[in-house]
Amino acid sequence: MGFYNSSVFCLSFAERFQMTFIEDDRWKQFALGLGNTLLITFFAAILGIIIGVTVAVLKVYCYQSGKLKPVDILLNIYLTVIRGTPTLVQLLIMYFIIMKSLNGTVIAIIAFGINSGAYAAEIVRAGILAVDKGQTEAGRSLGLSAWTTMESIVLPQAIKNILPALGNEFITLLKETSIVGYVAIVDLTMAATRVQTRTYDAMFPLISIAVIYLVLVMGLTALQKKLERRLASSDRR
Amino acid sequence: MIDVKNLVKSYNGLTVLNGINEFIEKGEKVVIVGPSGSGKSTFLRCLNLLEKPTDGEIWFEGQQINSKECDINKLRQKMGMVFQHFNLFPHLTVIQNITLAPLKLKLQTKEQAEENAVRLLNIIGLADKANEYPQMLSGGQKQRIAIVRALAMNPDVMLFDEPTSALDPEMVGEVLELMKKLAEDGMTMVVVTHEMGFAREVATRVLFMDEGQIKEQAPPKEFFENPKNPRLKDFLSKVL
Repeated sequence: MGFYNSSVFCLSFAERFQMTFIEDDRWKQFALGLGNTLLITFFAAILGIIIGVTVAVLKVYCYQSGKLKPVDILLNIYLTVIRGTPTLVQLLIMYFIIMKSLNGTVIAIIAFGINSGAYAAEIVRAGILAVDKGQTEAGRSLGLSAWTTMESIVLPQAIKNILPALGNEFITLLKETSIVGYVAIVDLTMAATRVQTRTYDAMFPLISIAVIYLVLVMGLTALQKKLERRLASSDRR
Repeated sequence: MIDVKNLVKSYNGLTVLNGINEFIEKGEKVVIVGPSGSGKSTFLRCLNLLEKPTDGEIWFEGQQINSKECDINKLRQKMGMVFQHFNLFPHLTVIQNITLAPLKLKLQTKEQAEENAVRLLNIIGLADKANEYPQMLSGGQKQRIAIVRALAMNPDVMLFDEPTSALDPEMVGEVLELMKKLAEDGMTMVVVTHEMGFAREVATRVLFMDEGQIKEQAPPKEFFENPKNPRLKDFLSKVL
């Protein structure tokens, strides 16, 4: 180990950049990894939102109406299991046991979507419960159904309140996808590892992807802020 | 129009309404008064099933509303409700607040609904606020818009749950004024309030509720000048 560390140590920045990105078109590895990271994050986030909102609405409905007890129990099991086990273990189980036949990226999207859905569900549920009960009563008293009231009155207000927390969840999701290398998908982190094994330089690829992750997260944060400002238009004083 | 038979409501063994029988005719303006905790609001909220009765029957326009066969959403369209805390939708503009239900229920086209909303806003003199968000309005304005929002559904009866209790004193007048106008136009109204002046002036009948029961009811003149129930006498001596 010491031998190659000391040898790359005396290389200049330009040389290390050259070695990490340019030689053998290694930037393509990073591009491929970045693409997969974004792909998995994006679709897992969408799946997470769909699962999260559905679970949250169902749970609130069960709680408020006292109906559908078995559904409530199933949802609780889902939340407990997903939040009680490591994401990596879930991903491995999904890959090696449940869906061996599928494409790795699809498995990762499903695994992360299901995982993220559990966290999103609790966030959305808290958001729904934080909306004043009078809003639901006003909607229902106008003759709107429970679902219409939820969809056009409660959820829009809930989403506004939970946007920071939800943004956090998807930032976490983006960073958590760095474990997909375990199931043979080349994401950003895996790309760095691969390049490192060729160049014997760990530092440069790792710092590089750290910067890329950071930029991605900053982008997401900016997007979240923009959305928050737009949704806050009704609060203008 | 509304027929209440032996209505009972209890929460975890605590009986809030204890056997209420009441018949409200079309065009009546019934005002319900009583000490806090007497069940007035619960009674009102049972009428459109915001609270589920524990026992008894409630009939509205020939249908029993607390039965399984009844489509409560359909009936609620005919029963407007106004809340103590207005409950305007903060994420929607004034005009969107008013047109939301008619549009979502596909009762009117967008043009019809908006035309109707503007007409109603003109009546209360708030047409210039159509595109404002509720946050920009005073309490009195909010409550008048909440009333208009309920009216946009063309209800047959209006239920008022302490509509002026959350208002600054200077704004109570404008809301009561609108309610009086509504009464003059022949709307059937059930009003829970502490505004004895309004009861005296507008009500066709005043009910006194205490301990989950209607202890006394009479036309306003008799109700205020010649109360019989000792609890009512006591209550009136405190509030008048």
